[in-house]
Amino acid sequence: MTSRPLSPHLQVYRWQLPMAMSIFHRMTGVALAVGSLVLLYWLVAAASGPEAYARAQGLLGSVVAKLLLAGWTWAFFYHLCNGVRHLFWDAGKGFEIKRAYASGYAVIGCSFVLTALVWACVFAQSGGAR
Amino acid sequence: MSLRSPLGRVRGLGSAKSGLSHWRWQRITALALIPLGLWFVYILLELMNADHAQVVAFFRSPCPAALAIGLVVALFYHMKLGLQVVVEDYVHGHVAQVALQVALRLGTALGALLALVSILKLSLGSA
Repeated sequence: MTSRPLSPHLQVYRWQLPMAMSIFHRMTGVALAVGSLVLLYWLVAAASGPEAYARAQGLLGSVVAKLLLAGWTWAFFYHLCNGVRHLFWDAGKGFEIKRAYASGYAVIGCSFVLTALVWACVFAQSGGAR
Repeated sequence: MSLRSPLGRVRGLGSAKSGLSHWRWQRITALALIPLGLWFVYILLELMNADHAQVVAFFRSPCPAALAIGLVVALFYHMKLGLQVVVEDYVHGHVAQVALQVALRLGTALGALLALVSILKLSLGSA
């Protein structure tokens, strides 16, 4: 497109954790925006009456929907935890390379633990109800 | 001779334009979404096997309805601010940029309105 020198971009860097996590923050954000359409559908269905609500509950209870919801649960907790990490950076804290890596690993760990916790609750509840 | 101070003359002429407002509101909505988001997950677990009457009963109480409205406002505004930057970064070409930015604003506004009307209908309606 252009022959003038361009500033270094993604492809010239060796992949490293903070950079991958930053990209994932954006990707999970976009995924959650899509997921909020499901929340919207559920709310509109509930407001439309018992029949529409029952249809929505049936759709959201399917295996495919559960897999998608599990993905969104992880995206939610990742974006939340990493968002808190970003807020600390905004306050000027935790920039040292060692701490940036430590907080990064903590965010990844927390996102999976919290997702597992929520889905343990889901299965415990549906096991109790059926 | 101008009576305006040097600061007053340069204000708004920098490269940031309204960037500070964007940055600030992204953080304010993020802070609001920490407790509201966790509350939302808790509510989802509470209501996941609920029938329609239980959902209506839940939104009948003022506190859940108010928190749900707060969640929707913060969520959709945070979403608009985030997606706006994604479009700014990855969409090239003036027409596509403007078209997507307008669509993004109208879309998130419509989404928020739909959610708010639904919550208010559940909370105040006679259904």
